[in-house]
Amino acid sequence: MIRFEDVSVTYEGAVEPSVQGVDFEVPEGELVLLVGPSGVGKSTVLGAVNGLVPHFTGGTLRGRVTVAGRDTRTHRPRELADVVGVVGQDPLAHFVTDTVEDELAYGMESLGLAPDVMRRRVEETLDLLGLAGLRDRPIATLSGGQQQRVAIGSVLTPHPDVLVLDEPTSALDPAAAEEVLAVLQRLVHDLGTTVLMAEHRLERVIQYADQVVLLPSPGARPVLGTPAEVMAVSPVHPPVVTLGRLADWTPLPLTVRDARRRAAPLRARLASHTPPRTTPAQGRGELRAQPPTARTRHTTAEPTLPRLRRLLSRTPAPDPISPPEPATAPTDPSALPEATPPAPLAEVTSLAVRRGSVPALRRVDLTVTPGETLALMGRNGAGKSTLLSALVGLVAPTAGSVQVGGARPHRTAPRDLVRRVGLVPQEPRDLLYADTVAAECAAADRDAGAQPGTCRRLVDELLPGVTDATHPRDLSEGQRLALALAVVLTARPPLLLLDEPTRGLDYAAKARLVSTLRGLAAGGHAIVLATHDVELAAEVADRVLILADGEVVADGPTAEVVVGSPSFAPQVTKILAPQKWLTTTQVSHALTTLRAAERERP
Amino acid sequence: MASHGPPARGAADTQGTHPTDPPRHGHRADHLHPLAWWLWALGLATAASRTTNPLLLALLIAVAGYVVATHRTDAPWARSYTAFVKLGLAVLVIRLAFAVVLGSPVPGTHILLTLPEVPLPDWAQGIRLGGRVTAEGVLFALYDGLRLAALLICVGAANALANPARLLKSLPGALYEAGVAVVVAMTFAPHLVADVQRLRAARRLRGRPDRGIRGLLQVGLPVLEGALERSVALAAAMDSRGYGRTAEVPARVRRTTAALTLGGLLGVCAGTYGVLTAAGGAYGLPVLLTGLAAALAGLRLGGRRSPRTRYRPDPWGVRASLVGASGAAVAVLLVLCGAYDSAALHPTVVPLTAPELPLWPAAALLVGLLPAFAAPGPPPPVTSAKAPAPAISTTAPTPTVTAPTVTAPSKEDA
Repeated sequence: MIRFEDVSVTYEGAVEPSVQGVDFEVPEGELVLLVGPSGVGKSTVLGAVNGLVPHFTGGTLRGRVTVAGRDTRTHRPRELADVVGVVGQDPLAHFVTDTVEDELAYGMESLGLAPDVMRRRVEETLDLLGLAGLRDRPIATLSGGQQQRVAIGSVLTPHPDVLVLDEPTSALDPAAAEEVLAVLQRLVHDLGTTVLMAEHRLERVIQYADQVVLLPSPGARPVLGTPAEVMAVSPVHPPVVTLGRLADWTPLPLTVRDARRRAAPLRARLASHTPPRTTPAQGRGELRAQPPTARTRHTTAEPTLPRLRRLLSRTPAPDPISPPEPATAPTDPSALPEATPPAPLAEVTSLAVRRGSVPALRRVDLTVTPGETLALMGRNGAGKSTLLSALVGLVAPTAGSVQVGGARPHRTAPRDLVRRVGLVPQEPRDLLYADTVAAECAAADRDAGAQPGTCRRLVDELLPGVTDATHPRDLSEGQRLALALAVVLTARPPLLLLDEPTRGLDYAAKARLVSTLRGLAAGGHAIVLATHDVELAAEVADRVLILADGEVVADGPTAEVVVGSPSFAPQVTKILAPQKWLTTTQVSHALTTLRAAERERP
Repeated sequence: MASHGPPARGAADTQGTHPTDPPRHGHRADHLHPLAWWLWALGLATAASRTTNPLLLALLIAVAGYVVATHRTDAPWARSYTAFVKLGLAVLVIRLAFAVVLGSPVPGTHILLTLPEVPLPDWAQGIRLGGRVTAEGVLFALYDGLRLAALLICVGAANALANPARLLKSLPGALYEAGVAVVVAMTFAPHLVADVQRLRAARRLRGRPDRGIRGLLQVGLPVLEGALERSVALAAAMDSRGYGRTAEVPARVRRTTAALTLGGLLGVCAGTYGVLTAAGGAYGLPVLLTGLAAALAGLRLGGRRSPRTRYRPDPWGVRASLVGASGAAVAVLLVLCGAYDSAALHPTVVPLTAPELPLWPAAALLVGLLPAFAAPGPPPPVTSAKAPAPAISTTAPTPTVTAPTVTAPSKEDA
């Protein structure tokens, strides 16, 4: 259906081609997943399918791309509109009209379909995507998941043979993502639609794929194969595959179900171990009493950044060279010396916030103590971002109070507030104004009243190898996030907030972020992150707070909260249940100690 | 039985919500043709432009306001009414301020206060800064400002009652593509405002003051960059959805279209010139009409190049005719009243007199209330009064049952 014949694309002004040697075919009715680290040209390949590359973006395309027998060389994107439907990363940038029903009809109107056909297809699509209740709603008032479904619906109505999607679930909460993927699967199975899709969050999509095209590195030839074959060699892989590789399962399992079937021996092996508990299970009161040094996982897990920790250290950090505590010895809270509870960094009492006439938060209570990492979860629009905004004073409380470092954020002057709390917004680019990294750093030092060079040292630590003259726009998503993080950390705020930090990050960038955050937490920073990414929450958070409809519905240690929830549990937890493992890192440490013990025995 | 009250109430809640949950924005088939609303609003605006009587203008604003209050939905474009009302007030205040500071051409004897006068050089003769402020001048400015405000409020009412994008559907095919471009450009402004707000908030996160002009200037470049990027993304999306597809038409038709359109427009220009100049009274009107006909034929023929079809265009029904006619009637009646008794529509300020409410023009204005009764389906008051919870719930809507629905079953129960 889609055929790439030795395609290479070189953008104007670039020396090297962005992608080259792309040569594969997507057969009719298959769902093909395009995977690879950030910046390998996935979007370029997707854009080439309907001719946006190079007709719209410029540049030179060598080779040949044909879709349903039409050559993109001779057909402009609008002339392919009846065979290819394209949904980009940001659904809002996709909408031409302002109500759901009109948006669904727009593509058909352009193609000149007969009115009765249009009416029938709109009704069918409303049902297929579960949008019937929203048909008259203005698009601007819909939630992220609903908008994503409308965007997919709007390209479905002309009945294209091919659907091209760029990160369809990245911005969605787990439940909404499953909704969208279920729709895609239905299209492939029932209507024989061919789907080509790129996605970073492989744990959500890999089980739906018939084939996987892997772009291993920029400019490298793509690898094509069945999901299991490709995952065995792929540099990006979901936790289920990581676990499969750890346990030497062949063929690799791709779904939680497959993995559970094979997991019995692993579970038996791990049965003698208790997952390293970072937090006592008793609840929040106990948690607050925990001194930060008790969180051993930070020192055992990954190479943290000792220099960064020294740079940022606010409380005496645990010795970074101390040998990792064996995971076999669970930390017993009662065995720890009684410490006086540290003063809370942020205290929120029965906070209510209204946005316009819509209540965004109702009676929220929250206390954040130094050294604690807290994940805010919940569906799109549950009030996570509003809570973060209230903590930095971007929104004023309608009722209740917010105290951060002893000040009321919305009444505090910005200069003063940055020393108490820092927020990295959903779009890190919003924080960056300057033309070069050096200018950005100099401005950050001035803003924070820090010694010149403070920010640059942080950048070196978080983002090695970035030169002074680089334009922030030329950085990848992960690098931009790190730069924004460095800018915020320049003022040394004890409380750090991050809004959806892993949107658009590949696994490598995510791993770097995780180790950075652990280093910061070990240095005494309190971190609050709003995220949809259950794997991230499992990796870094001590405590999880679930919001629904502006109210707190769950609050407790990560293991307790996520294990019980089918949508918020990470893959490892699902596979190894009822044992309470959260991440592959924990499992790999347990296996290492086991193997070492086995080697000693004979 | 009283103890059974609460459970019955709960049952009514859960059962009642879904079937009775009304579409918040009205059923599509009930939509009045947007052109009808615009005709009505323009009729009222024409009427407003014919009078300076403050009582008549106030009545007109009240009529427009009443119809908006009964018929507006809570869609984003309906919120523009408030913006237009504010704009009208601003215009009124500015008009008054100018009259006070710069003086007024209206001669007057009732001096309210005397501002210190700024001496101006000779070349600025005829301009005055400060000086005497007369009651007559202020009153004249007030009447004049009120008229402008009424005009703006009428336009705002049209915006609130008819989705501007739906008006597009009534455009001839040849103009549709241009119309889409205009609508997209119109949504550009609200996006830009949202961007400025977001980036100014981000300045606060950097520890810089988030108020003041400097803050606004510093976010200027990133905002424009963002807006440009979004426009490019939208253009790509529109292109890949078939915007601008053209159908093959024979060369002969293309040439005829070009000739008709160009000739028609030339005719319209010449005809307008003829009508407006005293000399061309004889040939003006025929040339204008012929030109108009030719241009319309050109547009119609040009529509063949566009293969577009229309999805559920709004039908023009009896109600639409009534609404449109009520606006036209108000305009015509006021023009007639003006010709018959101009003094009643323009109360004098020199000498100062209290304005009177002339009976017939006031009655004529009340015709504009017709849409409040003739136009279909004002959305149920409960949903327009209660804000929807957009973006909050992806699942079932929160219970929004009206009081009657809740209490009715418990009464039966009792």
